[in-house]
Amino acid sequence: MKWLILLPVLFLTACDGDLWNNPYPSSEKGLSVYYNVFTERPKHLDPAQAYSENEYIFLAQIYQPPLQYHYLKRPYTLIPQAASAMPTVQYLDKNNRVLPANAAAENVVYSLYEIHLRNDLKYQPHPAFARDAQGKFEYQAMSRDEVSQRYSLSDFPHSGTRQVTAADYVYQIKRLVHPAIHTPISGLMSDYIVGLKDYATTLQKAQQANAGRLLELNDYPLEGVQIIDAQTYRIKVYGKYPQFMYWLAMPFFSPMPVEAERFYAQDGMQRNNLTLDWWPVGSGPYYLSENNPNQRMVLTRNPNFSTENYPAEGEPGDRAAGLLNDAGKPLPLIDRAVFSLEKETIPYWNKFLQGYYDATGISSDSFDQAVTMSVSGEANVSDDMSKQGINLSTSVATSTLYMGFNFLDATVGGDSERARKLRQAISIAIDYEEFISIFANGRGVSAQSPIPPGIFGYREGEAGLNRYIYDWVNGAPKRKSIAVAKQLLLEAGYPNGMDEKTGQPLVIYLDTTATGVGSKSRLDWLRKQLDKINIQLVPRATDYNRFQDKIRRGDTQMFYFGWNADYPDPENFLFLLHGAQGKVAKGGENASNYSNPEFDHLFEQMKNMPNSPARQKIIDSMLEILRHDAPWLWGYHPKDFVLRHSWMHNSKPNKMANNNLKYLRIDATQRDELRKQWNLPLWWPLLILGISLIGFAVWLWRVLRKREEAI
Amino acid sequence: MIAYLIRRILYAIPILVGVNLLTFALFFVINTPDDMARMQLGMKRVTPDAIEKWKQQRGYDKPLMFNSAASGTAKLTDTIFFQKSATMFVFDFGYSDDGRSISREILTRMLPSLIIALPIFVVGLMLYITFALLMTLFRGSVLDLAGVSLCVLLMSISSLFYIISGQFLISKLWHWVPISGYAGGSDSLRFILLPVLIGVVAGIGSSSRWYRTIFLEEVGRDYVRTARAKGLSELRVLFKHVLKNAMIPILTGVVAVIPLLFMGSLLTESFFGIPGLGSYTIDAIQAQDFGVVRAMVFLGSVLYIVGLILTDISYTIVDPRVRLQ
Repeated sequence: MKWLILLPVLFLTACDGDLWNNPYPSSEKGLSVYYNVFTERPKHLDPAQAYSENEYIFLAQIYQPPLQYHYLKRPYTLIPQAASAMPTVQYLDKNNRVLPANAAAENVVYSLYEIHLRNDLKYQPHPAFARDAQGKFEYQAMSRDEVSQRYSLSDFPHSGTRQVTAADYVYQIKRLVHPAIHTPISGLMSDYIVGLKDYATTLQKAQQANAGRLLELNDYPLEGVQIIDAQTYRIKVYGKYPQFMYWLAMPFFSPMPVEAERFYAQDGMQRNNLTLDWWPVGSGPYYLSENNPNQRMVLTRNPNFSTENYPAEGEPGDRAAGLLNDAGKPLPLIDRAVFSLEKETIPYWNKFLQGYYDATGISSDSFDQAVTMSVSGEANVSDDMSKQGINLSTSVATSTLYMGFNFLDATVGGDSERARKLRQAISIAIDYEEFISIFANGRGVSAQSPIPPGIFGYREGEAGLNRYIYDWVNGAPKRKSIAVAKQLLLEAGYPNGMDEKTGQPLVIYLDTTATGVGSKSRLDWLRKQLDKINIQLVPRATDYNRFQDKIRRGDTQMFYFGWNADYPDPENFLFLLHGAQGKVAKGGENASNYSNPEFDHLFEQMKNMPNSPARQKIIDSMLEILRHDAPWLWGYHPKDFVLRHSWMHNSKPNKMANNNLKYLRIDATQRDELRKQWNLPLWWPLLILGISLIGFAVWLWRVLRKREEAI
Repeated sequence: MIAYLIRRILYAIPILVGVNLLTFALFFVINTPDDMARMQLGMKRVTPDAIEKWKQQRGYDKPLMFNSAASGTAKLTDTIFFQKSATMFVFDFGYSDDGRSISREILTRMLPSLIIALPIFVVGLMLYITFALLMTLFRGSVLDLAGVSLCVLLMSISSLFYIISGQFLISKLWHWVPISGYAGGSDSLRFILLPVLIGVVAGIGSSSRWYRTIFLEEVGRDYVRTARAKGLSELRVLFKHVLKNAMIPILTGVVAVIPLLFMGSLLTESFFGIPGLGSYTIDAIQAQDFGVVRAMVFLGSVLYIVGLILTDISYTIVDPRVRLQ
């Protein structure tokens, strides 16, 4: 029985005199720690491999590419990060002679980017840099036995650092085509960086010749990348490619010290899960101090981080919103960030309400509890949230969710007037405003084209209206009537939804990965939309792989798809409909297999232009072609809703930048006080339960005694 | 007994090969190596070259079970099945698709699974047996009827309901323990209390009914009548004689489960954020990570076989008449 008495004592001891339901150690009380979640474990933390948001949450805080996006300014503006200034660009002809800055794209054979780095950049403390008294690397030539008992970086007693150099950035560019690393953009970059394609072949051969040994990339020069001095390097790309600047703001172009690669390549390291893919080595504001993707990931302030200050200017309204209160202060403003793995939405949401997470998105289940919509459609936090001091910020994502028509399909695809009118009729019939209202809780903006708000080329109001689907009525877009859709259908040869050639009703197949119970209502809704014009919709729900396979083979009629911007340029959306990107023919990103020579020609013109009225004009023409051809049902641009507690400051949605953690500030004292108010344990249920159990036991005992006595 | 154990271990080898074969067949009926590559590489900018490279690096570029291009034994050994299966018999599970050592992951995750599963098992067993004995004690009475009705009610409720309502009441409304999460050392106590409580409560219905059936069968036997005739109290008859004689059917169900406690609970771990083997398995299935799936199925099979052997051994302990030959 002793342990029964000890149990509550142990429990109370474990609680450290803190709130019982506090999931964090009481030693973290009052500290500048940011608490948030990751819902899916990252697959890669190697900047050459990572490409998804759940990986960039961590990577963007650890690595420093040359450029970054201004945190507050809109439209999104590139500014230097590791670079001391914005890179200079020279245009060259085929003989490498310098051309004027305004040279026409067709005359530019190469673009030469020169990047000069700041000279105060240093890597995080890491055992790969540790040296002994003689100056030799301490952990670069370990035996398998020495490695075998080390499972985390904390198992290495010593660490070191060194200055970040241009050679590290060049090394990373070479890694983009390393035969043992899958880099999502290796194909794309091989088309642009001079010599990278051949370099991939060279490395492939070198690895085959030296199987099992570390491939020393520095032994193999890369033609298009040149180290000028310790702080300067040049990248030579084919033609004019202004979007290259945006890539320089992505982790793919971060510095990678060769010491790190050699350190992790030692025998036995991978067996103990010590790899560069799991233990990043960066120079950013934070380093990964705890890496447990099964439970939690902790970022800690990098003591070697070079000085960077909070921005002093932003958008109009930022000052009034308090976003410039910390202007000029050295970054980062938070010492640690704890990300806990939270796969289920219910615990995630409840922990946020209890104050144990500083910010959260809103799942559909919690939407009504969290948000109220005004008559004008403006979103506000509910009264309950407001009482807790919770703030809401909304922003339209730089992404688009659409339904594509397969242009290779005999019924809905192709360039014929018949198919075009059919696509337009379907586009009118499917009421995306209703969809957003019902299934996205109003969190979205109907798309008029593939370009979302915030990206150059997007036009507000009537100028940006898709006139094939909408009319402009009383200062707002109004979807055309079903009568118009039916008329289009008639002209397409499907009077009242019947194929006039066969006399059979028109049946359209929709491929989707939505196989869950929750998807049924969406598919039912979609069926009803097409019922309005007497078209029968047959959803073909399939798993992700089958779906991908069908798309790859062009074996679809209609399908759900989406795209999230890599960078804030219209080229990154319009290329999704470029003929050269056809999924079936070229294995590209044009899942609709749409092809229009005029559009393709305009795309080639537009893609290399700087943002200007001339570029806008071309984009307008391209969008007109797209709207007319209707290769997509333009769908909607989702709106992100983020709730944050009153103790969290400087939070401004930035859909392009991922390195936002360094700007955030936490008022830990306020957080502790509010958590205490919100989480006082209730005793009475425990008391009632205890009394009931004892009462029941006593009663049972008496009944038993009576029975025994009766016998 | 040694000879018996050796024989059982040898029997286990074809069983494990069969399980492995079945897992392999089921997995690759649904997935192809290309599917696996696409799943890992994501949706954006995935080229056919990238898929080929991924397969090559992980050994999925070989034929599934028979390599007609190879010669001699390589026809069978230079295949995905052989390459991925042979090493498992020396418990070398290789690497998951994201490059992490599976053996290391299993070792790391075993403890959190056990920390949850063991108390549920021990506390649950004691509670269920006690409850079943009490129902047996009051058999035929209103109390028994109420107990059985309660059991039926409890076993009719989805375990997800227990989890969600437990989290709502105990963590959200009453603030007794964290809703989810996990920590090592003594700090783990407050994280495991709720999942353990829910795990125990969720099992009351089915387990207590099952034990009650066993006990009711026993109370009708001659030795019980004799014990009563000797003037022993009903409590003593039940808790000393009936319980002891009901051990064989109880052990059949219980001992076989003990090794499987390491494997964790899929649902509980997922909802409570416990970094155990249950959530590892779920994640692997969702990610179509064949390396992890086959390792977990293999490990589960090995532990199940160990459990059955332990059950046989336990018979000899509780019933001296049983001899393993």
